[in-house]
Amino acid sequence: MILHQLIDYDTLRIIWWALIGVLLVGFAVTDGFDLGSGILLPFAARTDLERRLVINSVGPVWEGNQVWLIVGGGSIFAAWPQLYAVSFSGFYLAMFVILTALILRPVAFKFRSKRGEPAWRARWDAVLFFSGLVPALIFGVAVGNVLQGVPFRFATDMHIHYDGSFFAQLNPFALLCGLVSVAMMVTHGAAWLQLKTAGPVAERARLYGSVAAVAGIVLYALAGVWMASAIGGYRITSAAQMTGPSNPLLKTVELHAGAWLANYAAHPWTMAAPAAGFAGLLGALAGLLLRRPVLALLAAALGIAGIILSVGASMFPFILPSSIDPRASLTVWDASSSHLTLFIMLVVTGFFIPIIVAYTTWVYHVLWGKVDEEAIREESGHAY
Amino acid sequence: MDLDIVALSRLQFAVTALYHFLFVPLTLGLSIILAVMETVYVMTGRVIWRDMTKFWGVLFGINFAMGVATGVVMEFQFGMNWSYYSHYVGDIFGAPLAIEGLMAFFMEATFVGLFFFGWDKLSKVGHLVATWAVAIGSNFSALWILIANGWMQNPVGAAFNPQTMRMEVTDFFAVLTNPVAQAKFVHTVSAGYVCAAVFVLGVSAWYVLKGRHLELAKRSMTVAASFGLAASLSVVVLGDESGYLSTEHQKMKLAAIEAMWETHPAPAAFTAFGFPDQEARETHYAIHIPAVMGLIGTRSLDTVIPGIDELVKRAEVRIREGIKAYDALQQIRAAGSTQAVPQGVRDAFENGGTDMGYALLLKRYVDDPRNATPEQIAKAAWDTVPQVAPLFWLFRIMVGIGMLLIVLTATFFVLSARRRLDRHRWLLRAAVLAIPLPWIAIESGWLVAEFGRQPWVIEGVLPTAVAVSNLGVKTLLITLGGFIAIYTTLFIIEMKLLLKVIRKGPEAEHAPDVGEARSHVPPVRAMAAPGSSS
Repeated sequence: MILHQLIDYDTLRIIWWALIGVLLVGFAVTDGFDLGSGILLPFAARTDLERRLVINSVGPVWEGNQVWLIVGGGSIFAAWPQLYAVSFSGFYLAMFVILTALILRPVAFKFRSKRGEPAWRARWDAVLFFSGLVPALIFGVAVGNVLQGVPFRFATDMHIHYDGSFFAQLNPFALLCGLVSVAMMVTHGAAWLQLKTAGPVAERARLYGSVAAVAGIVLYALAGVWMASAIGGYRITSAAQMTGPSNPLLKTVELHAGAWLANYAAHPWTMAAPAAGFAGLLGALAGLLLRRPVLALLAAALGIAGIILSVGASMFPFILPSSIDPRASLTVWDASSSHLTLFIMLVVTGFFIPIIVAYTTWVYHVLWGKVDEEAIREESGHAY
Repeated sequence: MDLDIVALSRLQFAVTALYHFLFVPLTLGLSIILAVMETVYVMTGRVIWRDMTKFWGVLFGINFAMGVATGVVMEFQFGMNWSYYSHYVGDIFGAPLAIEGLMAFFMEATFVGLFFFGWDKLSKVGHLVATWAVAIGSNFSALWILIANGWMQNPVGAAFNPQTMRMEVTDFFAVLTNPVAQAKFVHTVSAGYVCAAVFVLGVSAWYVLKGRHLELAKRSMTVAASFGLAASLSVVVLGDESGYLSTEHQKMKLAAIEAMWETHPAPAAFTAFGFPDQEARETHYAIHIPAVMGLIGTRSLDTVIPGIDELVKRAEVRIREGIKAYDALQQIRAAGSTQAVPQGVRDAFENGGTDMGYALLLKRYVDDPRNATPEQIAKAAWDTVPQVAPLFWLFRIMVGIGMLLIVLTATFFVLSARRRLDRHRWLLRAAVLAIPLPWIAIESGWLVAEFGRQPWVIEGVLPTAVAVSNLGVKTLLITLGGFIAIYTTLFIIEMKLLLKVIRKGPEAEHAPDVGEARSHVPPVRAMAAPGSSS
């Protein structure tokens, strides 16, 4: 097949770097509000009916939202196999904890209202809270670790060796990043609840969401300052081989103070990402306070996108730096799939993403409006 | 087998896959049954068919949640526990997984919400579209997963790249049209249909025995029996196709299933019964049926099927070839590129490259395959024989149940056609007792396919023992224990809920819906003659 030569290897690598960004933003923006709603469940809803309002507000959509994560994982496997291999095995126990949450979540939604006993329901409510909190926190912690560099190296046959431990991953900077992640998803979830519910639940969502938005702004600023002052950053010191083979060991890399800020200095337009992070959270705060849930929801989505993209912009072309053997760091230029695979996957993704966005939009359109309290009271067996 | 990283990683993958595969087949089949029932509802306007869709839908939902919960783990486990595998074949293997998400799972998961929550928000046809989207999505899901799995059995369209130390795709079309994947897809999906059909048949038979919900139960049985009969016939036909393809691509697996130690003159006999003995390399008390094996495996009277002993000899030759290729690869890596080495080395790599995986079999015994002793080579060659006895038995369990289920579904098909579904109580009881059978057959079939692939994770390319992540034994024990505990707990809760819903029956659904439907009787229903049921 010659067709794939139409797009240069280096261009495809950039496109795929951006596409993974799109998928991760897609995940955080869609699944973000239902994880956030789960975290808000014990706070925004007090009675059983209120809890069911919250649960049913995300009930029809959370499953589709979570597929963004599955597709994100699958696409990383297909487009960045080494990133998939190193990060998933490197963050092994953290991944296990996330998986535990993701196993329990679908079941909690489905099982929770199938029986009437308060103890049964309270138990699943707790599961919904933790299975919202844990992924939101740990994904942020993982990003915090990636920014600092992760302790892995390659043997000559490219077997991956890893020196870290789960507890070393729970360092202060990483936990700070985790809290940023939780704050932004809670803000987003609060906006969603304000949109989909009325009365006391919406009012409590407004309160907790505003607190989360303010916390998000402060913590994000703090993380930025911390990163700029105390987190090293990496840079490539050999000539860039942008179309070279995907073998990370062919380059040299050094730890360099302030390297994570170099892109902003070299290309000032990239400052748009952190700016969108702040502006989005501020907009969400305003929307919540003014009881304009659509504004709050869209602004929170913008904030989430900005925060995620700012991580990508800081690190480019690095994807996963190694703290114990910097030259093993995975970058955009040396950790991708082959030219042919990247091309095929681009064609497939380019074809399906618009279709997915179209039918997802249709589903949200069908479900538009506040959650129907009557349907829940009716106990038809279909409402959660 | 001592509990090293490889054994623990394999155990963990097996546990998660076995659990996942408890829920997937039912989802595959039940989604189609739901779509068929709802189509009848939309076409005829008979409310009973909507009640049926809703009732089986509740059971579908409970099962679907468990399928999703266990599926996420599968998707991530390649990177977590099999990182060298992910690096080595991600260029090919990752693509079908990603496409599965984009094309199939997205559709399935997005519309499943509408299936449950959209009854009052969508038109009849709109809701039907959502139901079909769930069914088509789940079945497409299976297609892509089996394209990925088919590639593990028959790795086509890829070549090793010395510069990146991994397999890279050369012909994606070959990966898509892999005959093994196609046969596996239809075989697996049909098995899922049988599973759901037997489930619906069994639960409905229980209602008939109890004299409850007869309208709903009998109609459900009619759907299940006809769907199940077609599907169980398809399972056998496509199972036969898989057998034929194994003769071509996985000769060792076939020989092990048949416990065929020596090569017999064509056409080979089929061993109907016996006790395979791995140590003695023979099958005790074997009962042979002449010529049948040769006919199934080669569809001819004169093609020879090689036995295990001969295949081991062939493997030893390939290991020696593989060592030469491995040596050439090291020289190419030292020189930096294929162009930088002498022609002789290049030829050695190119000619022996397809056997390089065989050299990696030696990694269990020696760090550098080039230093292997003749004894180690002989041992590694013998390693290419999977555990014969379990394969032999599991295969026979699978086939036996498959045949039994054809008889069961055919019986109920005839009963349904003659409107005698409630005549024979012992047959209804048999249908209830048959509910677990498809699962036993399906899990056995999965074990035959994957256990029979050992010692390879990618047949002939990458040995399982080399493919694992460098994790600690303690870490693996924690996660293995964790997964087993969570899955088992959830499985028990799920069974209890399913039984609760079944015991409660569709009544709660039925009553209000009938009243509601009367207020806007669709024209088709008004025209239908009152007595003409189903």
